[in-house]
Amino acid sequence: MRALIIARRELYAYLRSPLGSAIIAAALLVDGILFYFASLDTKRLSAQLLSQFFYDSSAATMVAGLLLSMRLLAEERQAGTITLLNTAPIRDRDIVLGKFISSFGVLTLMNLLTAYMPLMVYIRGKVSVGHILVGYLGLILLGAAVTAIGLFASSLARSQVVAVIIGAAMVASMILLWVVARAVSPPFNTFFSGLALHHENYRPFMVGTLSFDRVAYYLMLTYFFLLSATKVLEARRWR
Amino acid sequence: MIEIQELYKYYGDRRAIGPLSTRITQGEVVGLLGLNGAGKTTTLRVLACDLLPTSGSVRVAGLDVVERPDEVRAKVGYLPDRPPLYDDMTVREYLSYAARLRNVPASNVQKRVADVAELTEIGDVANQLIGSLSHGFKQRVGIAQAIVHGPELVVLDEPISGLDPVQIMEMRELVRGLRGAHTVVVSSHILTEISETCDRILVIDDGRIAWSGTETELSATLKQGMRIALTLRAAGKSAQATADQARAALSGLPSVREVEVLEPAEAGEGIASLRVAVSSDVREEVGKSLLQAGLGILELSREKELESMFLELLGEGHEHAGRKRRKQKQDEADRKQVEAATPSKEPA
Repeated sequence: MRALIIARRELYAYLRSPLGSAIIAAALLVDGILFYFASLDTKRLSAQLLSQFFYDSSAATMVAGLLLSMRLLAEERQAGTITLLNTAPIRDRDIVLGKFISSFGVLTLMNLLTAYMPLMVYIRGKVSVGHILVGYLGLILLGAAVTAIGLFASSLARSQVVAVIIGAAMVASMILLWVVARAVSPPFNTFFSGLALHHENYRPFMVGTLSFDRVAYYLMLTYFFLLSATKVLEARRWR
Repeated sequence: MIEIQELYKYYGDRRAIGPLSTRITQGEVVGLLGLNGAGKTTTLRVLACDLLPTSGSVRVAGLDVVERPDEVRAKVGYLPDRPPLYDDMTVREYLSYAARLRNVPASNVQKRVADVAELTEIGDVANQLIGSLSHGFKQRVGIAQAIVHGPELVVLDEPISGLDPVQIMEMRELVRGLRGAHTVVVSSHILTEISETCDRILVIDDGRIAWSGTETELSATLKQGMRIALTLRAAGKSAQATADQARAALSGLPSVREVEVLEPAEAGEGIASLRVAVSSDVREEVGKSLLQAGLGILELSREKELESMFLELLGEGHEHAGRKRRKQKQDEADRKQVEAATPSKEPA
């Protein structure tokens, strides 16, 4: 599969450049500090502490996802190396998929490196394994969606800075849809809250509730933005 | 190998190329020559399936670039004007990556990489990071990635751009070395470069093929005549006396239009250098006349005037293209100024 050749090259680039390591280290540090302060509250139940951990981790995941994905296509265009991919017998969807796999893989690795914190709660408190697994599923799905949004933003821009600004604006807009949902009357409130990136769709995972609607939401969101990025690449050949 | 019919490419409302039609046969080394902005790079990008045409038909090895782009890409190797190199990879890693992207089986990648590294003479730097290489080596790596999959067609966009004279000579040899195994299309805005490496020249102007043929045919088409460079010696005379004697000897030839005395090309007694403008190829007659006049001929050669021929072909005479463009811009600015100063005729 040609996408895996590209994914391998991208993983290699993350390992060689200090950017990938710096983003992961910073996200882990922030996660650890937030978890430490949350755990100081002795009145909090262990399940609440775990939910708080997944809430804090979602913020770190979104920021890291945007930062990791900003370079994926913007850097290739800036450096002119996109020509190598564009003139190789490889489909645009494989280019996008390969880029996505690498960035999502690094983000998932970062999330898995936080596992020591829920494990500490599990050992010292009373939480179920299911709560931890569902929480991580939510984090991974949220990470996939944000990476796809970041990749789409990266396909639009030539500069990484512009890409991350576009991506952040899109993610922020999608998060704030729950505010819009509060301001409008039925049935639009249900529509907007159902589209909100974090509030309505992520919270069930935080408390260990697995909902297939929410899983489908994140998968469709990821697919939509990967497809959009592919269409942007295709359109550039016709421009 | 390549069939282009009525090709058009627009960037928005701006026509970059078209109508452009030509045919290139297998094994040819063809030079695409044109001024900056003439449409060379766009044409090459369409050939490499980097861009899709707005209209018209482009077929490479019988395959349409719009209908079967992946199959065309597998048969084409492309070096853009800026080589697509990853500075964080070693040369070997990069070429292996390029080979895998272009359908070279994993079991054959190392052999192909070793072969092209030898052909392009980059074996010594194969384990170095690309970011640490000189411009000349980067250009070689760029060519290596274009041929690593053994393509039928190799497309090179300005391969000598930014190279020093020694690197240019080496690059010429490299491009010549591709002859036979591949059909090669090379672009340049330097006519001498194209004439040194290519079997045939396609002159592109304003997105169209303005002329096609060999350098000799180009010269014959323009009927511009030629200039002959002479270095002569007359024993026991001064340089000026030698030049005067040569001028007198050549004045009897009807084809001679002008004789210009230059600084002597060599040091020594009685040595003079001249440039003779003639309306046809009368090199033998010039030689005979000089010998009959008792002058020794140290050098008699045809001066190449390819660049001026090229500009004449594009209808610009000897006026520099940049000057022409600046004049066009000035005319446009003047026109706008006049329009702005003219009161509107529309009713209030």
